[in-house]
Amino acid sequence: MLSVNGIYKTFNKGTVNEKQALNGVDLHLNEGDFVTIIGGNGAGKSTLLNSICGVFPLDSGSIVIDGMNITKYPEHKRAQYLGRVFQDPMMGTAADMQIAENMSLALRRGKRRGLKWAMPHKEMKLYKEMLSQLGLGLEDRITTKVGLLSGGQRQALTLLMAVLQRPKLLLLDEHTAALDPKTAATVLDLSDMFIAENKLTAMMITHNMNDAITHGNRLIMMHEGRIIYDVSGEEKRNLTVDDLLKKFADISGEEFSNDRALLN
Amino acid sequence: MLGFLNAMPGAIAQGIIWGIMAIGVYITFRILDVADLTVDGTMATGGATMVVCVTSGMNVWLAMLIAFAAGCAAGLITGLFNTKFGIPAILAGILTQLILYSVNLRIMSQKANLPLSVEKYDILLSLRNIPYALIFGSIFAVILIAILYWFFGTELGHSLRATGCNPNMSRANGINTDTNKIIGLILSNGIVALSGALLSQYQGFADINMGRGAIVIGLAAVIIGEVIFGKIFKNFALILLSAVFGGIIYYIVITLVLKMGLNANDLKMFSALVVAVFLGIPYWKRKLAQKGSSKEGV
Repeated sequence: MLSVNGIYKTFNKGTVNEKQALNGVDLHLNEGDFVTIIGGNGAGKSTLLNSICGVFPLDSGSIVIDGMNITKYPEHKRAQYLGRVFQDPMMGTAADMQIAENMSLALRRGKRRGLKWAMPHKEMKLYKEMLSQLGLGLEDRITTKVGLLSGGQRQALTLLMAVLQRPKLLLLDEHTAALDPKTAATVLDLSDMFIAENKLTAMMITHNMNDAITHGNRLIMMHEGRIIYDVSGEEKRNLTVDDLLKKFADISGEEFSNDRALLN
Repeated sequence: MLGFLNAMPGAIAQGIIWGIMAIGVYITFRILDVADLTVDGTMATGGATMVVCVTSGMNVWLAMLIAFAAGCAAGLITGLFNTKFGIPAILAGILTQLILYSVNLRIMSQKANLPLSVEKYDILLSLRNIPYALIFGSIFAVILIAILYWFFGTELGHSLRATGCNPNMSRANGINTDTNKIIGLILSNGIVALSGALLSQYQGFADINMGRGAIVIGLAAVIIGEVIFGKIFKNFALILLSAVFGGIIYYIVITLVLKMGLNANDLKMFSALVVAVFLGIPYWKRKLAQKGSSKEGV
């Protein structure tokens, strides 16, 4: 389904700020895999997701989705295969546009945008139905500007928009990190629900080790731009947070350096 | 006072024409979130193209179409400078504006000013018949707003709005933000050139300097419209209409201050300062709000 083949990325090459963000990452996902990704600060988790999305060109390596080599595709062209939710709740929606207008944009992901009316009546029913699944009452506010919603509401909407046009791969980049614990739990539950309902292949970065263990069927740990631990199935289900911390210390020879992860 | 009242219809007619120009500025400044300085050159390009076409015997509507196309071409150049050369939008606009200075002189056969006599040619409007100019300008503006209302309601129009509002989100949803910026700049400059074409007919000549400071007048019209009508006009068509009203109010105020004795040569300084203050108001408001909230926090 997804093949990430030996990708390397160095930022600010040749300057004092040079940062080797990805140091030879290989990753192969099967159809329906739900992978959680953990790792310390600067481990390369977000860089990995952003390279799949094409936010920047790679130094070397390739990315293949369903047999298609998308390494050279610009960001907007890859979007037809990818659903994305960002860490910043403000980033995934257009604040000055209505809820329904945002959904209309998302429904047309990967399609040609021509001179057809963007808000046909028959789609409004679909939007309301989909919004009611969020359980936030947004279905009664489809003409509200998204900028007036709370961070949690916007993140739930972004999630819905990411799956509205079924993506081959759903990428969640610490999408609950900026939310309060209760809202974070709601958004996480919704993510689980959408992934299960649509049988999506998904990758989720999280700083919460517990979430990483209890969600998905596979877990990978990153350190210094490499995948240092990859576990799935029975073995993953039986993991504990202590196991993970110990694994990390064993493999990397360092203490796990993500304060937020330890606080949870 | 009587002089001021007598000057009112003319001021309104000019305001409508500049209000049409402000609609073009609205597309870049508010929808695409780009301050496009190309328009200072495009205004004169529209006027020059119009006068040259009509005086060579062309149908006036065909001349309008060519003026529109010339403006679109100017927008395309700025768009390419911005997206393909990686030049910041403001500088890209300044570069095109400079290109247009030479191009406009070429269009006018190296003359700084070309007359367009309403007696000799069958043109759309003129200050010789201001009531008619008022009606024609109003209808023209309303039709233009209707077309834009439709366009920004289409899938393409929506993607343009998203591009200006949140480029990251737009790309994540498969929108080519570079292409959209170019389309927006083309459309905006096409409209500004139409306004230039109307202005040259109204005043009876095209001038190489007729667009100098146009961006400031356009911004002034947009901001005045927002400040006065922002609370009541929420619909997109009405927001565009408020830019036209803004242009009209701007010209009424200008006429008033000139009658009150402001030196005409100080006019541009006056306009620029007014725009600077109005652009500053939202910033100062935010600053005050931040101060207030940090005090509450303590």
